[in-house]
Amino acid sequence: MKNKRPILDSTQIGISLHRLALELHEEHGNFSNTAIIGLQPRGINLARKIHELLGEISGNDNIRFGELDSTFYRDDFRRGDKVLIPNSIELPFSLEGLNVILVDDVLYTGRSVRSALNALTDFGRPNRTELLVLVDRRYNRELPIQPDYTGEAVDTRTRDRVLVELESDNPMVWIVTEEMK
Amino acid sequence: MSTLSTKHLLGIEQLTSADIDLIFETADNFKTIINRPIKKVPSLRDVTIANIFFENSTRTRVSFELAEKRLSADTVNFSSSSSSVSKGETLIDTVNNILSMKVDMVVMRHPAPGAAMFLAEHVDAQVVNAGDGTHEHPTQALLDAYSMREKFGSLEGKNVIIVGDILHSRVALSNILCLKKLGAHVKVCGPPTLIPKFIEELGVEMEYNLDKALEWCDVANMLRIQLERQDIKYFPSLREYQMQYGLTTDRLDRIKRDITIMHPGPINRGVEISSEVADSSNSIILEQVENGVAVRMAVLYLLAGQANIDE
Repeated sequence: MKNKRPILDSTQIGISLHRLALELHEEHGNFSNTAIIGLQPRGINLARKIHELLGEISGNDNIRFGELDSTFYRDDFRRGDKVLIPNSIELPFSLEGLNVILVDDVLYTGRSVRSALNALTDFGRPNRTELLVLVDRRYNRELPIQPDYTGEAVDTRTRDRVLVELESDNPMVWIVTEEMK
Repeated sequence: MSTLSTKHLLGIEQLTSADIDLIFETADNFKTIINRPIKKVPSLRDVTIANIFFENSTRTRVSFELAEKRLSADTVNFSSSSSSVSKGETLIDTVNNILSMKVDMVVMRHPAPGAAMFLAEHVDAQVVNAGDGTHEHPTQALLDAYSMREKFGSLEGKNVIIVGDILHSRVALSNILCLKKLGAHVKVCGPPTLIPKFIEELGVEMEYNLDKALEWCDVANMLRIQLERQDIKYFPSLREYQMQYGLTTDRLDRIKRDITIMHPGPINRGVEISSEVADSSNSIILEQVENGVAVRMAVLYLLAGQANIDE
């Protein structure tokens, strides 16, 4: 039995994204020295939405945007049954001296962000790197990594799964729980 | 489909078309990586690979070694001329001795057909065949097909001729198997003495006239005459071979369209291909070499990823 309960509906997601964009605008001005980097695979849609909002809010249509895949930097390669299959990287500029905002949908153990931080260093030395997530699953961290910008912080159990559906006409964020028999 | 159907890469024969697609998609990622300023990823940092070459090789060996290093694997190299093989040690003993030094994968080239499969059956390591005699050279076929896919998008329905010493060529056999699995049409072309009997059973056609073959094809893959494997004379002279089967600008000019030119190397300029053709804009010979590193990275990554170090 699966139990699925909503934590953010489309209105709340819209408000959260708008607030996050304003926070970023406050911190980064017109984004002339900033890059928005979405984390493959599930951070990309969120990063695109944030990037679009930032363009509208700041009036800067040329905010740098990239898509980063950190599969080759993960620490669970050869540690499970599955081979980790990579996604594409679209990062056509150097990160040297830039302020980088990493964007992912959910922060859980922190291991993907750790691998992303390693992957980033291969594209230059950013001036500063920050992390933005839509959902922060507190109390589940396996590494000392915390978000700088958070849409919603939730308390979850290990057997829960956070499901982010941004692509649909009616965006939703759910917590899916596999009920114990 | 997110894992290869095989533990070793012994030949194209053992791969499914889904395996080949997976290798190509993974190679796309590695190609972007080897074209950026920092060309290295840490994926295979706990993997040790032995490159064991019982036959001469420049390109394949350097390509494998670069692929391994760009995946951060540790590598040891070994060639038969400088080894105990010349002192009478057997293949299994040689390899088991290397494996006892905690090696995870073996990349091997050997003059005997079937050597890679024999090794895979008898030692406890993943084996990648880098050429076994006149049998198969799977990574060459994969990089050739990858280069064609890069040029055309898909190989489905494309016409490919393989010209030259088909009889002694492991590249030809692996290429035929790979191209057929990807839906291309294949003809082999060369002197009748250098075309093996019953080759049509692989689903290819024969054409002894190069000009007719060129009229038909989108891609011409030119092979070297492997004099080192020829125990008898298969044709009167290299000059006669060149006149009948050498690819020259004169020949290409007679066809009113562009043909993509490939060659697995090493090239014998002025024999199977003239310098002008080899260096022309339709030649993708150097792209093949570049793609070789990306494709070999993909193969090593996907094979290494199957092993669970906790087991």
